[in-house]
Amino acid sequence: MAAAAESIVIPAPRDSAAAKILRFVARAPVRIVLVVLGAAWLVPTIGLFITSILPASALASKGWWQIFSHPSVATWSNYNALFHNSGLIQALKTTAYIAVGNTLLVVLIGAMAGYAFAWLDFPGRDWLFVGVIGLLVVPLQMALIPMFKLYDTFGLFDTWEGIALFHVAFGLPFAIFLLRNFFVGLPKDILESARIDGAKEIVIFLRLILPLGLPAIASLAIFQFLWTWNDLLVALTFGQNTTPITVWIAGQLREFGTSIDIIAPASFISLVVPLCVFLAFQRYFVQGLLAGSVK
Amino acid sequence: MLGVWMVYPTVYTIVRSFFGQHGFLGTWVGIDNYKTLFTTSTLTTAIKNNAIWVAVVPALVTAIGLLFAVLTEHVRWAVAFKTVVFLPMAISAFATGVTWRIMYQQDPGLGAINALGKVVSGAVSPAGVLSSALPSTPALQQKGGAMTLKTPLHPGGVALLGLTGIPPDQVPGGAAQAVKPAPKPGDVVGTVWRDFKPGGGKVGVVEKQELGIPGVTVELRDASGKVVQSTKTKADGTFDFSKVPAGTYNAGIGAATFAKPFGGYAWLGSNLIVPSLLIAYIWIWAGFAMVVIGAGLSAMPRDVLEAARTDGATEWQTFRRVTVPLLAPVLSVVFVTMIINVLKVFDIVFALAPQSEYAKANVIALAMYFTAFQGGGNFGLGSAIAVFLFLLVIPVLALNIRRFRREI
Repeated sequence: MAAAAESIVIPAPRDSAAAKILRFVARAPVRIVLVVLGAAWLVPTIGLFITSILPASALASKGWWQIFSHPSVATWSNYNALFHNSGLIQALKTTAYIAVGNTLLVVLIGAMAGYAFAWLDFPGRDWLFVGVIGLLVVPLQMALIPMFKLYDTFGLFDTWEGIALFHVAFGLPFAIFLLRNFFVGLPKDILESARIDGAKEIVIFLRLILPLGLPAIASLAIFQFLWTWNDLLVALTFGQNTTPITVWIAGQLREFGTSIDIIAPASFISLVVPLCVFLAFQRYFVQGLLAGSVK
Repeated sequence: MLGVWMVYPTVYTIVRSFFGQHGFLGTWVGIDNYKTLFTTSTLTTAIKNNAIWVAVVPALVTAIGLLFAVLTEHVRWAVAFKTVVFLPMAISAFATGVTWRIMYQQDPGLGAINALGKVVSGAVSPAGVLSSALPSTPALQQKGGAMTLKTPLHPGGVALLGLTGIPPDQVPGGAAQAVKPAPKPGDVVGTVWRDFKPGGGKVGVVEKQELGIPGVTVELRDASGKVVQSTKTKADGTFDFSKVPAGTYNAGIGAATFAKPFGGYAWLGSNLIVPSLLIAYIWIWAGFAMVVIGAGLSAMPRDVLEAARTDGATEWQTFRRVTVPLLAPVLSVVFVTMIINVLKVFDIVFALAPQSEYAKANVIALAMYFTAFQGGGNFGLGSAIAVFLFLLVIPVLALNIRRFRREI
């Protein structure tokens, strides 16, 4: 129908140069608005970066934009100092352990559970899945107090493993939800024929599901990684000396005016990793977002 | 796993919320914790603030996201724009807090937003040349910004308008040694000068080394207070109102001269803290709304839009009557997601609000944290707050389950 309609459309006359210019001018307001908005969205982050490369003495009297009139005041010394700061290095390591460790676990468990919910028949499957959906929105505040006590009893308090496990638990409902929905959409006949060929479930899972589900798994992994890298509340509650970068900076934040030369570069370091991950895998990130929010 | 970390805690927290402060269970207190929740002022502030968040943020984020998605639809560099707007989503709310603290600093010399405000206000109502000046003698009265000589003058009189408190770099260029003019019959003459010299000098007397202040607008008012003449001072600070009719007058310097420069808004002070937090939060989430709505927009059937346009609908009508209704499911998803996010908001408040303003900026999640941990130590009340938060998201939970059941 659409094709037929296209074939009888009279070709539009080629745009003259004047028409092109006219259209360009007509769209100019939209472009200008977009440029201004884009700038407004970008400026805070740039401000943070420039603040992070200015010495505290330069920041005491003038804002970060002075760099445009005196570029010479810029210095890497803040960063130099930070990379010799054992507290920060330790915090970065802790953050990496937590973020990577819990992401691996979430992906692994989530994929298996997602597969089970999508393709295995077991009693009460749908009811269990309804339960998982219910858990999707449970605020993690609900678990802070009981887990605080439980961790205390089992010696998990103030360990990166404890923090990571908490993230695993609260990441799983979303993981299972996302992957189950993706797996359900995989072509059924491939799975059926594999089963008829006598392949074991574990083989199907490893050889078929994982490779086919890679886009969704990648989205999930990026999501979970960013979420836990950026977490503050969980680490604040369950860490004392084992602190990831956000909590470490929060500790410095009390003296905002005086320690800006530590806070700004440390914040920027904390933001570089998620930023790179995001820019590198933007496509998967957006996919995950769409799959997750159109529930 | 879900059992240990989520189901057990949920049940425990609900039970725990009916008990007292300490121990595994503490003592049974019934609904006292919930009574406290709704009567303690810091907690009611938290609930009120959260209500503001819910009322403002989801609607604004959805609207901004829709606007961005529609605006970028036909722009070639839309990808670049979307990446920029989406960027804050990848950054932790905590780092965002730090970022916006830098933006919000009150001194217009330090905080970018107030610096912008200064540029704008400088264009609208410029600061006076002598914003910090004070009268040097009590003879000069400050009233509503203007300074007026108390003693009435008659034609032939001399007005000495001495000022102090002017830093050397604020003295207008070209200032020369101040001169006390000789009286002139029929005129009111006088001088405006910096009544201060290194070492002090005598107040109210024009001395050597004291500079006249050029370019100051001097006003002569009649007995009723109406300005009858105004003039500007010369390099030595002297001025001359010529041909003044007989009568009583007051000489003074207009208010504009002393207008204070823009001092910057206290964005993180107790009056503006909540709006400031909302702005930063919207900055984070607009990208999310834009991307989700943008995806919905590109999945929309083109022929419906084309049909509307062919039928003669204007762009606005098409948008209002066709695009928005077709997008309604996507918009509602964004809206609901934002409600949940906003109910649980924590990091940004923790990072962006100065500790002294926590009481004003309080939200439920922050109140829960500080009640149960961080010196609060009240697990009973903390649990009650958590349960309250849980109750607020239950409608969404029900919605999700219903949608799933419709699917299968």
